Amino acid sequence: MRIRKSRAARAVVVTLAMGLAVTSCASDRDEGGKGEAGDTFIFGAAGDPGSLDPALASDGETFRVTRQAFEALIEHEPGGSQLVGGLAESWEGSEDGTEWTFKLRDGVKFHDGEKLTAEAVCKNYDHWFNWSGTYQNSAVSYYWQTIMGGFKKNEDKETPEANYVSCTAEDELTPVIKVKEATANLPGGFSLQALAIHSPKAIDAYEKEEAKGEGDAITYPKYSQEAGTVAGTGPFKISKWNKGNKEVTLERFDDYWGKKAGVEKLVFRTLDTEEGRRQALQAGDIHGYDLVAPADVKTLEKDGFQVPTRDVFNIFYLGFNQENNKLLKKKEVREAIAHAIDRDNIVETQLPEGGVKASQFMPDTVAGYSGDVKVYEQDVEKSKELLADAGAKNPTLDFCYPTEVTRPYMPAPADMFELMKTDLEKAGIKVKPRAMKWNPDYLDSTQNGKCSLYLMGWTGDFNDGYNFIGTWFGGYDKQWGFKNDKVFDAMKAASSEPDAEKRTELYKKANEVIMDFLPGLPISSSPPSIAFAKDVNPPKVSPLTQENFAEVSFK
Amino acid sequence: MLRLVVRRLLQLIPTLLGLSVLLFLWLNKLPGGPAAALLGERATEADKARIERALGLDQPVWVQYGRFLKRLGELDLGTSTQTGQPVWEEFARRFPATVELGIFAMLIAVAVGIPLGYFAAKRRGSWLDVSAVSGSLLGICIPVFFLAFILRAVFAVNLGWFPSYGRQSTGLNATEVTGFYVLDGILTGEFDAAWDALTHLVLPALALASIPLAIIVRMTRASVLEVLGEDYVRTAESKGLQQHVIRGRHVLRNALLPVVTAVGLLTGSLLSGAVLTESVFAFGGIGSFLRTAIDGRDYPVLVGFILFIALTYVILNLLVDLAYNLIDPRVRVH
Repeated sequence: MRIRKSRAARAVVVTLAMGLAVTSCASDRDEGGKGEAGDTFIFGAAGDPGSLDPALASDGETFRVTRQAFEALIEHEPGGSQLVGGLAESWEGSEDGTEWTFKLRDGVKFHDGEKLTAEAVCKNYDHWFNWSGTYQNSAVSYYWQTIMGGFKKNEDKETPEANYVSCTAEDELTPVIKVKEATANLPGGFSLQALAIHSPKAIDAYEKEEAKGEGDAITYPKYSQEAGTVAGTGPFKISKWNKGNKEVTLERFDDYWGKKAGVEKLVFRTLDTEEGRRQALQAGDIHGYDLVAPADVKTLEKDGFQVPTRDVFNIFYLGFNQENNKLLKKKEVREAIAHAIDRDNIVETQLPEGGVKASQFMPDTVAGYSGDVKVYEQDVEKSKELLADAGAKNPTLDFCYPTEVTRPYMPAPADMFELMKTDLEKAGIKVKPRAMKWNPDYLDSTQNGKCSLYLMGWTGDFNDGYNFIGTWFGGYDKQWGFKNDKVFDAMKAASSEPDAEKRTELYKKANEVIMDFLPGLPISSSPPSIAFAKDVNPPKVSPLTQENFAEVSFK
Repeated sequence: MLRLVVRRLLQLIPTLLGLSVLLFLWLNKLPGGPAAALLGERATEADKARIERALGLDQPVWVQYGRFLKRLGELDLGTSTQTGQPVWEEFARRFPATVELGIFAMLIAVAVGIPLGYFAAKRRGSWLDVSAVSGSLLGICIPVFFLAFILRAVFAVNLGWFPSYGRQSTGLNATEVTGFYVLDGILTGEFDAAWDALTHLVLPALALASIPLAIIVRMTRASVLEVLGEDYVRTAESKGLQQHVIRGRHVLRNALLPVVTAVGLLTGSLLSGAVLTESVFAFGGIGSFLRTAIDGRDYPVLVGFILFIALTYVILNLLVDLAYNLIDPRVRVH
């Protein structure tokens, strides 16, 4: 017995020693991931960019990279959501909202040495307008189609009709962009990274590749996959995209018209998991990362990391599908659900500091937010009464929620689902849970109306009401499964109003109509956190998640 | 020998065809699709319909399969729906990373596993034997990704001995020749870069090596024990042959046959282990690419990858058979 015991003990020691022997062979590793240049800022991104040409993209990870190299005519104020001058010092819309005149900044240079002129701007717009083949696919030109409609020659009958008419250079620094009809997407759309301005010389180089666009598959053009051809006016130029190593390297552009970047090199390194990004920051291998889990905020702060909080610019909601479950067609049932849910509790227990309860489908920072919408406070008794009135005692509803995902508006979907399930059951509504993987299972099911109840949300692109409520309630949508002319007409009236002030009023009305109809229940708006190392001066954080990394420097 | 190689390669064709049919049917049954994955939260009905048409996903499965075969005939695996780049190119770019990691992991497994298994058997019942057996049980039981997490948390985050992710320190910009970073560093004389790449390999390779190492220890041990009891070993000993001759020529050589088979098959299985390990360490090889392909329902990449694994298995099997010939002349394969 004694012998066996000592054998076992020795066995443990040997196993450990073996482990150490193997691992210690490379123990004196050189300092961190900072490489040879001390002036390199490394940011942990959640996903690879799709292309280096922002015009072909529609996702935040791509824009985070390209935004440092490309600038749009209009930008958002640092740290806010108001529109301010970008490449254009000022802009003006005609009374009917169809003609937009910009006054460009003088002395702006592109990375390839070209000068920013009105003609350069028009070359960009005409380039996009003349896209053909693969470029007309909405996966490639999503934002152009959203803001400007279709193309000069639409190749598919489902492509929206073009709203863009022309761009002309009135003088060297005054481009005028004309559209057919006024739209709520302008002028906000001019601030989109997808419509950022490229060097005319670079466009000439891209256009040679355009012939390649085939109908068989969506193939991104080669130029958009390699650093070298793309050229914007931003504080950094993209110098290398190492796909194998999952990193994009940008270098300071010394001829930048504004304040020069605070670091020489900026690297975006993809680390797919939140845990991987956090540990890389803790290990000192990166200097910052986005999409911090709310549960980690306190720990990181305690360890001395900087975790600034952005203002809210998103909305999280509980969606109802009226086609999937006929009970939900009854307004009483929808109201009963709304009265059953304790939204204060969700905000308090699930959201990081700064999270707020939502009363309508947009945060209060967006123009068009109304103070007069119908509110649905938690009231379990009322909820039960409403169900009885609807003749739907103890109904059962399937409730979809996503797994393996955190979104800026939805930090912990499963926990949020659990809270709502408990609330609903208190009011006598039975819940059939359906957990699904976010992409593509969950997205597919919710978008195709296969879920009675589901959790979803949205982060705004620019500060216009249509960017929120217009994306859902402009017309029939399978996701919601309802047809309500009152709602659709209210949206239509607002979207075609050229006068911004009047439009804001119309959005307020639309919000009231929507909340009276109650197609779903807005739950909350949540401030997404971003983390930085101790030794950096972080950029001003943006509610639109549009941080400008030129503002970063080392302490 | 040549006939064996040719016959085996010909056998590949029906295997791969059968596999590709199964794959197509399976993919067709998966919920969601590339269109939903590509467009994310912003997809509208019309957007998706158009993408599906562009990708040819609106057509019957057999039409899609026919198109796939035709392309395969031209040695074209199609275009990744996620990255919009040819699947071949995507593979070629990431392949060296996975191979480098796999080789390194296998080196650890073989270099540690065979001697350990051998000595464990020679000193059966000793503390070395007990620890080798219990250690290997542990190696088999712990899931690879869990081990990867632990290794990263301890050796990268807490101790700071190794980098927490990637193949190369950021900003190093080493010259690329073969895509195998350690080798490249040596070839170009940039020894810093080779060392840097090596430090990046250690943790993921250890995680990846855990299962093959454990299996190799156990197999070598069992096999050596068996051989030690054979008459010819006793004869050799009684003839008074020197220990190293008995060990090398009589024991190890015979005991290694089943181990070689295992090493061959384990090398194939490293590819699937790499999916998890590479993801944890953001390693940028084929493994982590496959994970994003599954998430994104990237059909061309999935089909290409699985056919590729099948091909690897067949080739490894062939190599194992050839190695048999070399190790043991009695096993003549015709």
